[in-house]
Amino acid sequence: MATETHGVNWHAECLYDAGGAKGMPQLCTDWMPNQVFWLLVALVVLFLILSRVALPRIGAVLAERKGTITNDLAAAEELKLRAQEAEKAYNEALATARTEAAKIIAAAKAEIRKDLDEATAKADVEIAARVAQSEASIAEIRAGAEEAIAVVAKDTAKELVAHLGGAADARAITTAINARLKG
Amino acid sequence: MATEGGSGFSIHPMDQFIVKPLFGDGPVQWYTPTNVTLWMGIAILCIFGLFVLATRHRGIIPTRLQSVAEVFYGFIHNMVEEVAGHEGVKYFPHVMTLFLFILLSNLLGLLPMSFTTTSHIAVTAVLAVLVFLGVTLIGIARKGLGFFAMFWVSSAPLALRPVLAVIEVISYMMRPVSHSIRLAGNLMAGHAVLKVFAGFASMAVVAPVAIGAATAIYALELLVAVVQAYVFTILTCVYLKDAVGDAHH
Repeated sequence: MATETHGVNWHAECLYDAGGAKGMPQLCTDWMPNQVFWLLVALVVLFLILSRVALPRIGAVLAERKGTITNDLAAAEELKLRAQEAEKAYNEALATARTEAAKIIAAAKAEIRKDLDEATAKADVEIAARVAQSEASIAEIRAGAEEAIAVVAKDTAKELVAHLGGAADARAITTAINARLKG
Repeated sequence: MATEGGSGFSIHPMDQFIVKPLFGDGPVQWYTPTNVTLWMGIAILCIFGLFVLATRHRGIIPTRLQSVAEVFYGFIHNMVEEVAGHEGVKYFPHVMTLFLFILLSNLLGLLPMSFTTTSHIAVTAVLAVLVFLGVTLIGIARKGLGFFAMFWVSSAPLALRPVLAVIEVISYMMRPVSHSIRLAGNLMAGHAVLKVFAGFASMAVVAPVAIGAATAIYALELLVAVVQAYVFTILTCVYLKDAVGDAHH
């Protein structure tokens, strides 16, 4: 702008001829109508843009988003309730199954106990019979053994007497041995 | 600028605020397209891009830019609802228009070579007067003469009430003044300081310090740009509460 010639200084109140500002340009009344006019134009344009297009659009977007979020939250809440119900049903089913299982176990135990008792009783009876039989056998054997001892003792005594040179009186020997065995 | 001569060192911190015609070199009439027109137009295009183009898919799952637009929407919507009350939500588009215009103007003004429309008191004064008139008219329309009851502090002792009423009226009338000067003053001061440090950067001796300071000021100005847009908007909501809320003073 240095080469520019200022033929006329249109705003001598506010500008030096060379173009610099005199004092504060803010106080130059020559320019104020211009500023006010363009400000009002700008404000009207801006207000129309904002109030007709921009703000309703953003408001609608925000409302829609809020609605979507609210709906999603409600849906989530409902799903949570359903999940809780399902869990409750599951727990109930589990408890029923446990009770059932306990019942079945108790029944099975009782049956087994019964079988066991029966088997034990039978075994006891058998054992008692066997014991009685065994005792009878033992008694028989013992009786047999006493008789055999008496016979052997008589024979031995007769032989001894014969070897010592005496005539054995069979009857006396028998009586003596019987007396000894009893003694 | 044309004033830069051969001396090599000249700082013109205020030249960045000059209103210039976009085409030619004629006088600035009220209808002349100027750098004001250009930068307000760029701000509107940025807002259009973020709030209309980026949201065109209306995605339930937003794209990155769409979620940025949604964040702004939610932020200002909550602010209006919490500060101005449920009745104030009707004026949410108006508040949003103000906030986005100021925010984008402030931020675009931080681009090098750009023009900060909100650093001009003429611009912020119109914004503040619009808020003032809007709030007053809404209040009168909704409550009739009852709107003026907010100047009559019923919780104060009776003798003090007329005095307080005068003070309340004056403070009510001063609202647009503080409302507009706060915004324009913050931005103008920051940009001028930035320009001064940038000017010193041409002196080799102080250049490192000046560049460091300009960088720091730039960071501060980014914060100021956002905070001032926020402050302007939240004050608008506070004023709106007087018009639509229950008057308890």
